[in-house]
Amino acid sequence: MTAVAQAPAPAPQSPGKDRRNKARPRTPAEWVMLILAVLGAIAIVFPMLLLLLNAFKSPQDYANSGPLELPQALSFEGIKTFWETQNFPRALWNSIFISTMVAIIAVIVSVLNSFAIGIGRVRGRTWIVLIFLMANLVPQEMLFDPLFKLYDDLGLLSNPWSVILTFVVIQSAFGTYLLSSLLGTFPKEILEAASVDGASRWRVLRSVIVPIVRPTLSVLMVFFFIWTWNEFLLPLAFLNTSDSLTVPLLLEQLNGERQTDTTTLIAGTLISIIPTIIFFLIFQRTLTRGITAGAVK
Amino acid sequence: MTSTPQRMRTRPSDEAARIPQRGGSKLGYWLYLIPGALLVGLVIFYPIVRNVRLSFFHWRGGRAEESFAGLENWIALFGDQEFLQSFKNIILVIIAMVIVPTLLGLIIAALLFDVVGRRFGARLSSFLRATYYLPQILPIAVAGVMFSWILKPNSDGVLNQFLTALTGSEVEINWLGGQYSTAMASVMVLMIWIQIGYPVVIFMAALQRVDPQLYEAAELDGANWFQRFRAITLPMIQPEVFVVALTTTIAALKVFAPVFILTGGGPSKSTYVPSFYAYQEFIRGTDKGYAATIASAITILVVVVAIIFIRVQNRAERKDA
Repeated sequence: MTAVAQAPAPAPQSPGKDRRNKARPRTPAEWVMLILAVLGAIAIVFPMLLLLLNAFKSPQDYANSGPLELPQALSFEGIKTFWETQNFPRALWNSIFISTMVAIIAVIVSVLNSFAIGIGRVRGRTWIVLIFLMANLVPQEMLFDPLFKLYDDLGLLSNPWSVILTFVVIQSAFGTYLLSSLLGTFPKEILEAASVDGASRWRVLRSVIVPIVRPTLSVLMVFFFIWTWNEFLLPLAFLNTSDSLTVPLLLEQLNGERQTDTTTLIAGTLISIIPTIIFFLIFQRTLTRGITAGAVK
Repeated sequence: MTSTPQRMRTRPSDEAARIPQRGGSKLGYWLYLIPGALLVGLVIFYPIVRNVRLSFFHWRGGRAEESFAGLENWIALFGDQEFLQSFKNIILVIIAMVIVPTLLGLIIAALLFDVVGRRFGARLSSFLRATYYLPQILPIAVAGVMFSWILKPNSDGVLNQFLTALTGSEVEINWLGGQYSTAMASVMVLMIWIQIGYPVVIFMAALQRVDPQLYEAAELDGANWFQRFRAITLPMIQPEVFVVALTTTIAALKVFAPVFILTGGGPSKSTYVPSFYAYQEFIRGTDKGYAATIASAITILVVVVAIIFIRVQNRAERKDA
């Protein structure tokens, strides 16, 4: 799992040094290294470029041309068939609803936990953090059969709340870990000042601590959202009716159907990637800044 | 990742709650743990207890009676060819998810930070970094479907069409369903493709911590790029290498989706990994007690690996101090 944290973006190198570095002409070896780095990046996006190239071919065009050839004419047949045969908007809504709920509730649970652990310094907190972290260590196949039965008894199968409940716990494990160490070093002066002013604990948490750590909370929310969006095994186990599927489940089901036409599958894959690309563009900065720190101190 | 508990333990003077309050006891803080504790108890510890207990029983599932099995399931596990095969595959998964991405990630991060970032502009290097990271936020299921399209067995498959065009003769290799070697290699390529961005981003952030004057001094002393990499970069970012190794090893031990989507465990169960095996046994097996045994074994292994990693890291930190 990836790690998130609050570390501020590291300061860029001083401009003076930069200029001095650039003044020296670039050597051939440096150009070779640049080309290698670019080639690697192309290799990474290559499968997605292939999708883009082939998603707009008609089935006949696809059958008759190579995968690297441009489509003879723009055809929206694959996309149309995908849209008509699959309830993609429903899956998109399910994914958005589940991921948003998990992001919000898991952050709230993380804050409450870490308030007791980091600020309250309750007895045995090292162990308490470890107990919460178990949610991150346990393989999901350990959970799925007992939880399946539990949600069945509660009437929650194929209900988004089965997945929400489960992932609130799994994601907040990481949030609890991260926020506990952050709140453990929360400036004491601020807490004392609030206490002198007569604020209750709840008040201190709500009006003092949460506003100050808000940047970290929003990074956590973005990550919880994306991690939940990408989940596969447990949603696969809990969501079985066609109108409860999430985006990854819908695509996987389409992939499994024998009669699925290849261009439909390609178009569906491309459409399923679009929401991810949109988050990526919106949250690029948060992501690259957030993934790193916290991992180490 | 591990510094926190230690820090907490070694500061007894700070034992008091951090909000001073007249007559306030710390008891009130426990209230804040109630929702989290209830949830983690229900969603994590109830299944753990249930499955560990079940691993000492035979149970067909549903309304069938459980029958006490003692250690039978656990003994059977160690003689189970499919289970052992799935663990052999885990070694390959660790190569594809831990070792190759960490090594490639080191090289790419150093290239992007040192050469591209400093000599060609920070904007280009952060753009390339973002590109390497893209597969990390793609749902694995979507990536898997994309790869299974590229690897289709007949002349419909992209890779086969490529090879046909390249060699001039019709290539129809059944990459995923034909034989173990190509199926497992395909799964490994997908894993590397997904994992590579994670170490790149972490290592690049770590490199920003390194004092550039160190490099300049080394450069003046005539150290070439590789010597600088070995003598300065590697030791400085060792903690991050450690974190990446820990988190990806745990992820590798639990891996499920790439196998499920690409090969479905085939051909003839050869690409099974432990998680997939447990899942199959729960869904299709005749003894949920045995499935619970497999799942419990994986859980124990993951926890043990995590503890070993953290111990080793603590020891390394103490040596540094």
